[in-house]
Amino acid sequence: MFRATMKSLLARKVRLILSGLAVVLGVMFVSGAFVLTDTLGRSFDSVFADGFSEIDVNVAAKPKVEVGEMEGEQTASPLPATVVDRVKQVPGVASATGIVNADGARVIGSNGKVLTSFGPPQLGENWTGETELMQLREGRAPQAEDEIVVNKSLATAAKVQVGQKVGVLTAFESKKRDFTLVGIMGYSGNRDSIGGVNEVFFTTPVAQRLMLGQPDTFSSITVNAAGGVSDETLRDDVARTLGADFEVKTGKQVAADASASLKEGLSFFNKILLGFAAVALLVGTFLILNTFSIIVAQRTRELALMRAIGASGRQIIGSVVLEAIAVGLIASVLGLAAGIGVGALLAFLFGKLAGGLTLAGIGVPAAAVIGSFAVGLVITVVAALLPALRASRIPPIAAMQDVATPDRPLTKITVTGSVVTGIGALLLFLGLSGNARGSTLPTILGGVLFAFIGVALLTPLISRPVVNLLGAIFSWSVPGKLGRLNSGRNPRRTAITAAALMVGIALVTGVTVILDSAKGSISALAKDTIKAELVIAGQQGGPRPPSFDPGVLDKAKALPGVQMVDGEYGDMAKLDDKSSWVAASSDITSLRQIFGAKATAGDIDRLGPTQMLASSDTAKSRGWSVGSTVKVQLNRGEARTYTVSGIYESSQLTNPVTLPVQAAKDFTIPQPIQGYIQLAPGTRVSDVQPQVEALLADSPEVSVADMDAFIKQQTGQLDGLLTMIQILLALAIVIAVLGIINTLALSVLERTRELGLLRAIGLRRGQTMGMITVEAVVISVFGALLGVAVGTGLGAAVVEALRDEGITDLILPWGQMGVFLGLAAIIGVVAAVLPAIRAARINVLGAIAHD
Amino acid sequence: MMEQSCRTIGGRREFGQTEEVDDVTATVGRQAQAAARANDVWKVYGSGEAQVIALRGVSAEFERGRFTAIMGPSGSGKSTLMHCLAGLDSVTRGTVAIGETTVTGLGDAGLTKLRRDKVGFIFQQFNLLPTLTAKENILLPLSIAGRKPDPAWYDTVIETVGLKDRLDHRPAQLSGGQQQRVACARALVSRPEVIFADEPTGNLDSRSGAEVLNFLRDSVREHGQTIVMVTHDPTAAAYADRVVFLADGQIVSELIEPTAETVLDTMKKLDTPAEVGN
Repeated sequence: MFRATMKSLLARKVRLILSGLAVVLGVMFVSGAFVLTDTLGRSFDSVFADGFSEIDVNVAAKPKVEVGEMEGEQTASPLPATVVDRVKQVPGVASATGIVNADGARVIGSNGKVLTSFGPPQLGENWTGETELMQLREGRAPQAEDEIVVNKSLATAAKVQVGQKVGVLTAFESKKRDFTLVGIMGYSGNRDSIGGVNEVFFTTPVAQRLMLGQPDTFSSITVNAAGGVSDETLRDDVARTLGADFEVKTGKQVAADASASLKEGLSFFNKILLGFAAVALLVGTFLILNTFSIIVAQRTRELALMRAIGASGRQIIGSVVLEAIAVGLIASVLGLAAGIGVGALLAFLFGKLAGGLTLAGIGVPAAAVIGSFAVGLVITVVAALLPALRASRIPPIAAMQDVATPDRPLTKITVTGSVVTGIGALLLFLGLSGNARGSTLPTILGGVLFAFIGVALLTPLISRPVVNLLGAIFSWSVPGKLGRLNSGRNPRRTAITAAALMVGIALVTGVTVILDSAKGSISALAKDTIKAELVIAGQQGGPRPPSFDPGVLDKAKALPGVQMVDGEYGDMAKLDDKSSWVAASSDITSLRQIFGAKATAGDIDRLGPTQMLASSDTAKSRGWSVGSTVKVQLNRGEARTYTVSGIYESSQLTNPVTLPVQAAKDFTIPQPIQGYIQLAPGTRVSDVQPQVEALLADSPEVSVADMDAFIKQQTGQLDGLLTMIQILLALAIVIAVLGIINTLALSVLERTRELGLLRAIGLRRGQTMGMITVEAVVISVFGALLGVAVGTGLGAAVVEALRDEGITDLILPWGQMGVFLGLAAIIGVVAAVLPAIRAARINVLGAIAHD
Repeated sequence: MMEQSCRTIGGRREFGQTEEVDDVTATVGRQAQAAARANDVWKVYGSGEAQVIALRGVSAEFERGRFTAIMGPSGSGKSTLMHCLAGLDSVTRGTVAIGETTVTGLGDAGLTKLRRDKVGFIFQQFNLLPTLTAKENILLPLSIAGRKPDPAWYDTVIETVGLKDRLDHRPAQLSGGQQQRVACARALVSRPEVIFADEPTGNLDSRSGAEVLNFLRDSVREHGQTIVMVTHDPTAAAYADRVVFLADGQIVSELIEPTAETVLDTMKKLDTPAEVGN
């Protein structure tokens, strides 16, 4: 039996290669994801290990506000310079150096644009001298107030040279300040940066003032142990001396912690990639199921003969499953290899994008190997099980008859499909309505999966009328009509092939519906509610949002025709015991006059230095009312108590808490991150805009835009997200295309005799190709139609569920849907090319004369 | 591009037809009676040790309006001869012509055009398209060529094959005999120069077989159709006007107005020397 199986496997290489290819692509995604995250993870490890290699013990103040990974960057609070002296007193300390090291030193390149880092921080530091690790490549150390040194990769990217004047925006000054570049530094081993970080070194007092906002403070203290003292002992001694307000860690710990927090982000990335792998594999499952079904159908006679000469039903199942295992194994190996390649390539691209991250060697973690084989084998075998069962039910008598496989009734499959679709809808409803008790995401995903499988099962029933209707378009020509009839010939086969395409198209459509609705809702809300004609804002290119000089606000206010100017500040803060986003407005009256806030209690038109406002939702969940007192701990400074003086109605545009503008000096970014300008009635936007632009000359991170442009800029980020998702889902569509090619190729094989006859009675080669193409186009457009319908349904359900989150308008992307259908037609044509050529080349005599 | 050039060929074909009619009248007396002609046809498969010679210099003419049967023991080359005559297979040497068209040397497009316009086929396996109804199957060659059927002739064909009440059935709903009658109607409806039938009764019981053969003979007698049929069944051959016998790739005998008995006798004679040869 084994030998017979292998023989028949080898005899059908092409069709198995095609179905195997789907598994290869899915497995490639799985192993690629693991390889990528493993490689990047180890690269980060080595980057941080290097960066902290010269530190024996590190002392930092405890952060004042704990910030979760998804909420933003942790801001370390500065420690007073006196702590350095206290550390120096600890026995065993050879040296202790106060370090200034904070994100937000942004260099303006020689082209006048602010250099962005796309990920790694842009650090502003104090120059503490050369070490074995850090060396000056050119020039000298900064000595005067207006002198800086930058790292080599920054100098290269900004195209600046020693001796030049360089503009820098700093954490506490979002207004350009000119420095003279006196030196360029690099790291041992001829590295221009560590991990793509941009670094600007000032003299210590300048770094303290511009990066920490306070003289005589440091971000951390680097401690080196005297000979014979271990890092751990020193750490414990220093910690004991300083007390509980400080975090004292060994250099190794700091490196591990820093790396761990980045890896947390990586594991999120890994999950996303695995999600796409799951989609690819789901589509691949359809494809394999279909291939094996067709192969079993074609081998009916052969299998029946085996039954007739004594093979048991179990042996038949075994033979088909064995074939599946062989395909799964080969595909897993190839997929793993391809995944390693893709993972390495992505890691390389990532390293380049992140400003030259030095990659550790490409690693293949056990998870990649195990995951690849498990997924590849399981998927293939599961997909082949159903066809195997069917094969075992072939009666031996079928060997003697020239059986035209009877059209099995669709009742059973339709009932099953309805039930599965029902379960999917129920799960979706539960998940989306928030009734899934803590497992919302799995419930929703399960719902989507069930919905897909259910619809796929219902597809054969739907396929008849829809395919007929679609095919009617082509029925004016004979090849068109024949193609249409062929595509309606085996509803199950057509259905599964189309269903594979449906999955990809449905997901893309669903995501498009959701994002378009979000975009539309946000735009509508902003347009209808915000009463400002001009907005000052910038594109965020790293962890830190762009900010600008608060002085611009006053100058803008003084411009003729300007009625009101508001600068918005924001940060995470600890309110009593829970952290929350807090905002501050430079002009509190803007709350009502620009953002249309309505007071539900107290007074929201004025705000004293110890008062705060809250949104009605926040007040409700925290149990606050006018007069409540709240202890607020900002990222800098001591905790202060504020009294709630007013509550405004929650809307999409209101912040949970608004603090007086005086508090903003203790925000991580003590400058406004957005500015809104309301013009007096009758003032032309085009008159004011250039004047504001001129005011922003020294704040190159931001620009002024009219409302429409601002909305476009804000929603543009969603467009980027959409494009990324579409690219990843394109893989699912590519697999579906393979499926169409496969189905067609097998159909052509199956109908060799028929094609021969058609050629014998005068069908031209071109007409033969046309016939196959129509069949492919009908199948693919049918799949796309299903996908668009299912995707719209899923998207609409999610939008409905997000109504409370502010996505109020359901926007159907008709244009996109049209594009998908058009794309499906092209996909059909492309998929038909090879099978059509094959069909056209059929040897007429061979096809009809011999049985 | 392809479509374009094909259309041009199609256009030329129509002119060609009228010219051929003139040609036929002009060349009456010489070879006007031959609907298909083989001239010293050799067919060799393989080379060296594995070389098989299927046809050894066969020359034959198949007159217009006659029903010719090709007979011979299996391996005699009768099917190969028919395939070469019909342009389904190429010849190694010699020439083949259908009407005034030399088949030898035609490319795929030319052969397709030839089959579409001048040749009809009937197969042992019926070879109907399962997706099409009987009527659609019958009209398929005309639809492919983009021609309208001659309504009177269509009615006549349907009448003769006796399928009037089965026209909307699909092949799966028809008996073997009915399917073969549909296949015959399909071959007849485009009024080809010659119909090649390959064991048309091979898959039928004797009654259905007789029906089909009667029907083929009638189409020759009443409508002047030319039919060349390959068969190994003497009873079937007896329906023909003339039987050509092949053995070892050569024409060895011929019978005019055969009966089942005379055919059987000839076959027996043919078998004997072959056995001696072995």
